[in-house]
Amino acid sequence: MGIDPESAQGSGARSERVILTADEISRVIDRISHQILEKTDGASNVVLVGIPTRGAQLAARIQRRIAAFSDVQPPVGVLDITLYRDDLRTRGVRPLERTREPEGGIDGKTVILVDDVLYSGRTIRAALDALRDWGRPQAIQLAVLVDRGHRELPIRADYVGKNIPTSRDEQVFVAIAENDGADGVAISDHRPSREQIIALLTGGGAK
Amino acid sequence: MKQHLLSAADLTRDEAVAVLDTAEQIEASLQGREVKKLPTLRGRTVVNLFFEDSTRTRISFELAAKRLSADVINFSAKGSSVSKGESLKDTALTLQAMGADAVVIRHGASGAPWQLASWVDGSVVNAGDGTHEHPTQALLDAFTMRKRTGRSMGQGLDGLRVTIVGDVLHSRVARSNVLLLETLGAEVTLVAPPTLLPVGVETWPCAHSYDLDAALPGADVVMMLRVQRERMNASYFPTEREYSRRYGLDAVRAATLEPAAIVMHPGPMNRGMEIAAEVADGPRSTIVEQVANGVSVRMAVLYLLLGGAA
Repeated sequence: MGIDPESAQGSGARSERVILTADEISRVIDRISHQILEKTDGASNVVLVGIPTRGAQLAARIQRRIAAFSDVQPPVGVLDITLYRDDLRTRGVRPLERTREPEGGIDGKTVILVDDVLYSGRTIRAALDALRDWGRPQAIQLAVLVDRGHRELPIRADYVGKNIPTSRDEQVFVAIAENDGADGVAISDHRPSREQIIALLTGGGAK
Repeated sequence: MKQHLLSAADLTRDEAVAVLDTAEQIEASLQGREVKKLPTLRGRTVVNLFFEDSTRTRISFELAAKRLSADVINFSAKGSSVSKGESLKDTALTLQAMGADAVVIRHGASGAPWQLASWVDGSVVNAGDGTHEHPTQALLDAFTMRKRTGRSMGQGLDGLRVTIVGDVLHSRVARSNVLLLETLGAEVTLVAPPTLLPVGVETWPCAHSYDLDAALPGADVVMMLRVQRERMNASYFPTEREYSRRYGLDAVRAATLEPAAIVMHPGPMNRGMEIAAEVADGPRSTIVEQVANGVSVRMAVLYLLLGGAA
C-alpha cells in the first residue's frame, strides 16, 4: 500500500522527513534536462512553461541546464492557471500570479509544462486548457519534480524527478532557493509551518 | 472582497491594491493572445441594468463579463417594462427570480444601487448613480495612473499629485476618484469655478482651488471632467467661451505642466471646450488607454466578486 509506517500510527506521533536534499534536486534537474534533450532531439523546438510559483523557477533552472549541456536555450514562459481552475466556485478567489507567454509563442513547438508536485492532475488539466488559448503546439509534455500519486484525471508525467507514494493525509513541501532560501522536498503527516520545513531542510536530519 | 462594489469608499487600501494587481495580471495573461477569453466565470450570469444611456460603460462591462465567459444580459430601461411604469423593486425581483449572479446598475437616482443590493442576493456593481459615484471608473483611473507613473504591483499612489478640473458638482467620477485616490495615498486638488464645487467640499479629503493656472505646474496628473451640457440649465457659468478660457486645457496651458505629467479624461469629451483637440490627441493624453484599462479593471472586479463560492 506504500503507507509510511510513521504516519500509519495515527496516535499523535508527528513526523516529517526529507525526501530530496538540495544536492538530489540539482541531480534531478540535470537528469530531466538530459532526458528532455534526448527525447526532443536536442530541444531545438522546445519551449518551457512553468506553473507558478515553484514550477516557474524549476523551468528556469531546466533552461539553464539545457543551455549548459547543449547550445540551445529554450524560451521560458510562466502560466498561472488560477483563471482556468474548475474549483473556484467551491474554494474562492485567490490572488493571481504573473503569466508570461514564452518568446515566439507556442505554435508548432513542443511545450514542456513544468510543475513541482503532480497530485490530482487538475492543475495540469487547467494548464492544458490555458495552452489551447495560447495557440496550437505540436506536442505538450509534462515534467514534475515529485509525483505523489492520487490522480483524479488520466494524466501522466513524461519526466519525473522522484515518485513518492504518499497517503492523502500527508503533505508534500517543495522548497526552492529563489523563493524559500533553501532547496529541498519534505513530507509530513501534519501541517507544519513553512519555517519548520525550511529549518528541517537546512538543519539536516529528520526528527 | 466584499459582496458588492457600491462606492469607492467601500474599498480598503489592501482591497483597492488587490483589484489593481488582479487587473494587471489579467492584462498580462491576455496580452498578445489570439483568444482573448478565459473560462473563469463560465455558467455565471451578469445583468447589465442600465436606466441611463451609456454605451461606453455598458460595452466595457459587457466585454469584461464575456471575456470571463459569463452569460451577459443587457437590460436597458428604454423599450422595457420600466417605460411601462415598472418599479426598480419589481425589476430587481424579476432578476432575482431569474438567478442573476451579478447586477451592474446605472441609474439616474443617487443611491439606487444600495437599494438594489438590499433586494437581490447576487453582487451589485455600481456603474454610476446620479451625480453620486462611479467606483469602477475611479479604479480604472487609478490603474492608468499607476501604470503611467511606473509604479509596480502591490503599490498604491503615495505622493502622487492629482488635479481634477471642471464640473465637480455633477461629477460622480470626481467623487469616486477623490475617495479612492485618498485611500491609495495620492494628494488631490479639485479645481473648478465656485459655482461648480459642491457645498461642503471643505470636508472632503482633498484641497480645492478656483485657479487652474496656479494648480498646473505642481501636478503629476491632470484629470479634465466633461462639462455636462445637459445639466447646465442653471447659470453655473456666464458663457461656454469664458469657461473654456478659464478652465479649459489648451496647448498653452498644457505646456506649463511637468514634463512627465499626464492628462486624463473619463470621456466623452467636448473637444475645444474643457480640452483642446491637440492636447486630447497629444502624447500626454491617456484617454484611449483609459478605455482599454477599463475592461481589465472590470474583469478584475467581476472575478473578485464572483470568482468565489456562490
